[in-house]
Amino acid sequence: MAIVSPGFHGRRRADPDLPPGQYLTTDFPVLSAGPTPRVPADRWQFTVTTETGAATTWTWADLTAMPARDVTVDIHCVTKWSKLGTTWRGVPVSAFLEDVDTAADYAMAHSYGGYTTNLPLDDLLDDQAWVAYRYDGDDITPEHGGPVRLLVPHLYFWKSAKWLRGLTLMLEDSPGFWETAGYHDYGDPWREQRYQGD
Amino acid sequence: MTASVDGNALAGALREIFAVDVTAAVVRCCGCGQAGAVAQLTVWAHAPGLVARCPGCSDVVLRVVRGPDRAWLDLRGTVALEVALPAE
Repeated sequence: MAIVSPGFHGRRRADPDLPPGQYLTTDFPVLSAGPTPRVPADRWQFTVTTETGAATTWTWADLTAMPARDVTVDIHCVTKWSKLGTTWRGVPVSAFLEDVDTAADYAMAHSYGGYTTNLPLDDLLDDQAWVAYRYDGDDITPEHGGPVRLLVPHLYFWKSAKWLRGLTLMLEDSPGFWETAGYHDYGDPWREQRYQGD
Repeated sequence: MTASVDGNALAGALREIFAVDVTAAVVRCCGCGQAGAVAQLTVWAHAPGLVARCPGCSDVVLRVVRGPDRAWLDLRGTVALEVALPAE
């Protein structure tokens, strides 16, 4: 006689594409911690500053002349929405670090408007992170971080800094805007690292 | 579209932490020195936490993050909170 577990078949199977605690959304919620910076593309600049203070700056013309990738990625916000299959165009962050002499293990992303977020440098390399300037076939709107935002989809989306203007390379880790207010230092959605201590 | 609201949006989150209604307190901004009621701050609530900015200079004055079993209050942008109390 077969053993039947009535509860098993009736239970809804979790979506394997959704990290724990997340729900699926098809729109693109706008979260913002302050006024939306309006930075014209022709005035946008991106500066990588090493731990010694050496700085290299790229303009919009420089960025858009670099070899870009079109990527399709899932994004996961710490406020529990996830959006699957989003399409972006950007330049891998590693392309900006090729000629940079650094011993840093961490980076702080800086935004126009003052936002910051910290990441291990390794998480910005090897096709894990992009300096993105197009979303869904169009320029990125200011509300979604345009003209240029960081895209680090394997971490909660607060790490994908909007209105990106620079990376500061650091020998020691240092918390950014949300990381100083209770949010997790790393923010892996698959390990549900929302808050400090998770 | 994202819009800010006034400091009364902080009432619930701050009532959990303080025994008084902090929205009536006077807060002085570290950025520009302007003082005014907490209720007059500009609050960005569509975010992972509540971000309250000075209506004068837009610097962050205070932040509240509510986790499932904890809250974080960041007051680094606040010089002082002046809270009215019953006379002794």
